[in-house]
Amino acid sequence: MSDAARSDAAKRRRVTASVSSESPAAKWAIIAVAVGFLALFLLLPLVVVFMEALRKGWATYLEAFADPDAQAAIRLTLTVAAIAVPLNIVFGIAASWAIAKFEFQGKSLLITLIDLPFSVSPVVSGLVFVLLFGAQGLFGPWLAAHGVEVVFALPGIVLATVFVTFPFVARELIPLMQSQGTTEEEAALTLGASGLRAFLTVTLPNMRWALLYGVLLCNARAMGEFGAVAVVSGHIRGLTNTMPLHVEILYNEYNFVAAFAVASLLALLAIVTLAVKSFLEWRYGDALAGRTGH
Amino acid sequence: MDIKVERVSKEFGGAKALDDVSVDIRPGELLAMLGPSGSGKTTLLRVIAGLESAEQGRVLFGGEDAADRPVQRRGVGFVFQHYALFRHMTVADNIAYGLRSRRRAERPSSAEIVRRVGDLLDLVQLSGLGKRFPAQLSGGQRQRVALARALATEPRVLLLDEPFGALDAKVRKDLRRWLRDIHDQSGKTTIFVTHDQDEALELADRVAILNKGRIEQVGTPDEVYDDPATPFVMSFVGDASTLPVEVVEGHVRLGEVELPAILDPGRVGPGKLYIRPWHVTATKVEGAPPADRLVGTIRTVRRAGEVHRLDVKLQTIEAAIEADAGLADQFAAGDTVALTINKARLF
Repeated sequence: MSDAARSDAAKRRRVTASVSSESPAAKWAIIAVAVGFLALFLLLPLVVVFMEALRKGWATYLEAFADPDAQAAIRLTLTVAAIAVPLNIVFGIAASWAIAKFEFQGKSLLITLIDLPFSVSPVVSGLVFVLLFGAQGLFGPWLAAHGVEVVFALPGIVLATVFVTFPFVARELIPLMQSQGTTEEEAALTLGASGLRAFLTVTLPNMRWALLYGVLLCNARAMGEFGAVAVVSGHIRGLTNTMPLHVEILYNEYNFVAAFAVASLLALLAIVTLAVKSFLEWRYGDALAGRTGH
Repeated sequence: MDIKVERVSKEFGGAKALDDVSVDIRPGELLAMLGPSGSGKTTLLRVIAGLESAEQGRVLFGGEDAADRPVQRRGVGFVFQHYALFRHMTVADNIAYGLRSRRRAERPSSAEIVRRVGDLLDLVQLSGLGKRFPAQLSGGQRQRVALARALATEPRVLLLDEPFGALDAKVRKDLRRWLRDIHDQSGKTTIFVTHDQDEALELADRVAILNKGRIEQVGTPDEVYDDPATPFVMSFVGDASTLPVEVVEGHVRLGEVELPAILDPGRVGPGKLYIRPWHVTATKVEGAPPADRLVGTIRTVRRAGEVHRLDVKLQTIEAAIEADAGLADQFAAGDTVALTINKARLF
């Protein structure tokens, strides 16, 4: 290496160093704070959940799931998610389609309304449904007269869950669909495709990864929702208790192992969701570009 | 297939995008719709395709009102400005899309579709690239895929929206010639939209010039260039300088100077004279300028193709005029020149 080249390299090193003005000590301190915080507040609780659940061994752990009430809670949670998530896929696609592909009055109001479930406390959302469909509620007497139970039954739990999880799918799809525009659909129409065929072969494939991503988030929240569901469910054991509610009941009864065992299932769901989400981001980052994070 | 556009009007939020537009497109011709952005040319193309509906007026395909035919059944091939290729499909699947969208009874067999796609890839000189995705192609290649896709359904009419707008100059030139060849081979009625006058004049059999939602003129490239119907056409197609003039006793006058122009009989009063730079001859003036000549000072000398273009500020009035001079003539900024106008048009 010649002298000139050496001094060039030295100059370049100085330039690189000057871009981040912090000293190495400050850099490591900042990283330590961030990692320490995450470990203390996110990782540790997760570990504790599993440790508590397994404290008395696998046999006791598995026993918690043999309880008919626990099985009923798991069944109910899966049922609610199985109804709420598909509903929100339909609503989410419809709403984002309307917002991204049409021009109409009141569009900004609709966008604000989509965000409403994020900004309202879930407890309030639950109360709204009690006020609407409860025995003393607006539609309550009429529904009761026709033998339809909403509050303290499956329909109420599904309604509350749909409300709380509504934004997840729509929020993922709107920015993507806005950036993609409508010309590919128009191209499909000029080539003779029907509206339905254009949707199935052009629109849906173009948004599939954002949709899947939204569905994952929506599902995680649907299974984990506590506040709104707690208000409308009525806590009837074996009937209207979802997994989060069941965890609370077990915990209040000092049945810690069982409580943490059921909780570990929910935690596992969170981990799986995160893993799939990270995999999608890594594998299909380009297709997901344009969405906003939460 | 001949297309008649009859008195079509369309508004977008109170603004007139198309204002009583009528134009006849002859069977087998290549028609350019030329205009500045916002002139309504793309809207007119989309109305013809059936992607937009006209509020008034109608579009006739071979004498039949197209209003009853939705875009799917109009038999148009549409090439979008940014191609709108299906990004998740291969080139071959893009081209096959139209054929696969047909009803079962009219759909060719898979083997036939594969064969047709191969033929079209050959036609657009992309043989062997059928398995690529649009993102893996260059702009010019995407353009050709878009054209192949539009041709696959054997449309009655081919419509292209700014087909070369997003390409660089060299590719654009090659594709122009190639599009002309394809048109001559297929003999399909073709309409393309452009804001580029060179493109329109070089490529088209006839040019329709739009401005503010109205048709200003429809004619062959020679007609619109040499015999523009309106001041807008004169200044939009080819370069032109304008001078405010007075028509007195059958002559066009600018102060003491008499200028040439073909006059309508009985025309008097003020007017605007439009002059092409190549119809102006400049000569250097030494000493006192002659009173009966147009005299000015050169502001800039620019190279314009095979000539030097002089930008001359006139002495007698607040106006400038462009004149072309041979490359051998030695003009420089600051020179005083006398101008002879050989031909001009009065509006």
